[in-house]
Amino acid sequence: MTLSLQGQPLGTSTRLLDGEADGSILEVSMGPHHPSTHGVFRMNVALDGETVVKLKPVFGYLHRNHEKIAESISYLGSIPYSDRLDYFCSMTNNWAYVLSVEKLGGFAVPERAEYIRVIVAEMTRLLNHGCLIGFLAQDLGAMGTPLMYAFRQREKILDLFEALTGARMMCNYMRFGGVRVDLSPEWLQAVRKLVDEYPAFIDELEALLSENEILKPRLQEVGVLSRELAVQAGVTGPGLRASGVPYDIRKVDGYGVYPRLQFRVPIGEHGDCYDRYMIRLLEMRESLVLLKQALDQIPAGPFTNPQIKLRNLRPKAGEAYGRIEAPKGELGFYLISDGKGEPYRYRVRPPSLINLTPLEDMCLGQNIADVVAILGSIDIVLGEVDR
Amino acid sequence: MLGTGIVNGMVQTAKNFLGSFHDAERMVTVQYPEQRLPIKENYRNFPFLVHDGNDPDAGLRCVACKTCETECPAECIFIEMLRDPAGKPAKRPKVFDIDISVCMGCQICVEVCPFDAIKMDQIFEIATTDRFNPLLLKKEDLIKSNDYYHSLHPIEASEVDARLEADRQKKLAAAAAKAKAATPAAG
Repeated sequence: MTLSLQGQPLGTSTRLLDGEADGSILEVSMGPHHPSTHGVFRMNVALDGETVVKLKPVFGYLHRNHEKIAESISYLGSIPYSDRLDYFCSMTNNWAYVLSVEKLGGFAVPERAEYIRVIVAEMTRLLNHGCLIGFLAQDLGAMGTPLMYAFRQREKILDLFEALTGARMMCNYMRFGGVRVDLSPEWLQAVRKLVDEYPAFIDELEALLSENEILKPRLQEVGVLSRELAVQAGVTGPGLRASGVPYDIRKVDGYGVYPRLQFRVPIGEHGDCYDRYMIRLLEMRESLVLLKQALDQIPAGPFTNPQIKLRNLRPKAGEAYGRIEAPKGELGFYLISDGKGEPYRYRVRPPSLINLTPLEDMCLGQNIADVVAILGSIDIVLGEVDR
Repeated sequence: MLGTGIVNGMVQTAKNFLGSFHDAERMVTVQYPEQRLPIKENYRNFPFLVHDGNDPDAGLRCVACKTCETECPAECIFIEMLRDPAGKPAKRPKVFDIDISVCMGCQICVEVCPFDAIKMDQIFEIATTDRFNPLLLKKEDLIKSNDYYHSLHPIEASEVDARLEADRQKKLAAAAAKAKAATPAAG
C-alpha cells in the first residue's frame, strides 16, 4: 500500500494513511494524553511492526492566543503572560521579552540589574536541565526516582525564587530597564550555599544514570540528528550543540554581561539522545561556574533605570528582535511598535516548537518505544509550542 | 563488568533511602496540612484593599481612580465610582470587585497604584465547590486593615507607611506655606 497525505491539501486532516489499512501498516495516535508527551501533544505514528515509517505531530491543544492578547494590552501587561510560555523557565522568558522592549525603546540597564538577570537565568537553567533529565528517565520507565531527586533540587531553587519575587514559578520579576525588587545579602548568601551544594546533586544524578546499562542502549544511537539537518531545521540550544555545532547565543550575541564571564560551551559528537542527555549535565556544571562568577562580581548600585516609566510606555515606531539563550534554545521576541501603548505586532520565536520540526526525521526507522525517548530528549514544553 | 552501572545507581538510591531516616537534609517533605512550612514574607497571591485606622469606609485609601482596572492584564478588576445625589464623584469606590478565579497574582495592580491602596494577600486555602460566587470578591471581602498588611509584609508595610507620612507632611507644609502667603494679601 502507498503512504500519502490523503491526496488532500496539507493540514486539512490529521490522518496519515489513505483509506483502509490492509493490516501491514498500523496507524497509532500517541497522545494527547499520553504521559510521555509532556503535556497535550499528539503524534500520529504509522507503524510497520514496531518500526516507525511515518510520523506526524499534531499540536494546538494548549493554544491560548498569547500573541494576540499581547497586541491588545500594554507592554507592561505582557510580562506576566510571558511567564506562562515555558512555565518552567519564567525568568528567561521575562528576560527575552524585556530585552526586546529595551532594544525597541533604546533603554539602558544598570549593571547590577544585568548581574541579577544572569544569576536568576542560570538558576533557571539549572532547574530546567535537572528536571529534563528526570523526565527523560521517567519516560524510559525509571518511575519516579531520578525525577524526584531532580524535583527535590528544583524545590530549593523555587524556594529562592519565592523569597525573591513572591511566586515560585510565575515570577513576573523583570521590568524594562531592570528588575522589580532588589536582592538582599541574605538571599545572595542562600544562592552561594545552593551553588556549593549543587555539584553533589549532579554527581548523584550522574552516578545514578550515566553508566546505567539499561539507560545506555535506550539512548545511545537512538534518534540521531545530523549536524546538517539540525542547522537546516533551525534547531537551537542543547539539541543543536549535541549534534556538534558550537552555537550558543550567550557567546554569539554576548547580551547582558555574559562577555565578561568565563564559561565553556559543551559540544556533543554523535547527536543521539545520549549526547543530548549528557549536554544537559555538562551545561549544569557550566551554569554553576557562571553563577559563582556572577555572585563574586555583582556590584552595588541601582537595580532599575528610574527614567523608564512603568505605565503608558510608548516606544517610538520601529521594530526590534531580542533573543536570548533560554534553557531550551533561542527564545526571541519580535516586536513592531507603531507608537501606541500596545505593540502592533508581537511574535514569539519559541525554541520548543522549532526544535520539534525534525522530529519525524529523528524517529523514522526507530522503534515505537524510542519515539518516547527522542521526544523526551528534545525538551519541549507545550505552553511554548502552542502559545 | 556488566551491571556495575545499575549497582552504582542502586547505591545512590540506598544512600537516599537510608539517609532519610537520620538526615534532615534528605527528608524534604512535610505532612501538610498537619505540618506547615512558614510562609515567605514576599509571598503573594491575590490583592486586597488597605484601610487606615479602625473605620474600613472612612480610612479606605482607594479613590476609585481605576488605574489598576485599566492596567490589569487579566482584566479581573471592576470598579465603579461612588457619586453623591448631584452626580459629583465622591472619590470612593461604590463597587470594587476582583474575580480571583481570573486573577493571576501578577501584582501589577500593586505596582501601578499611586495611593498604595491595593496590596497582595497571602490567603491560599480558598478552595470551594461553588464555581462563581465565593471567588468573586466584593468590596467588603477585600477591605482589610493596615495592621493586617503589617502582619503579612512587615518591612514593605513600614516603608509604605513612612512614604505616605512623608507625603502627608509635605502636603501639610505646602498648605501652611500657601496659607502664610495668602495671609498678608488678605490682611
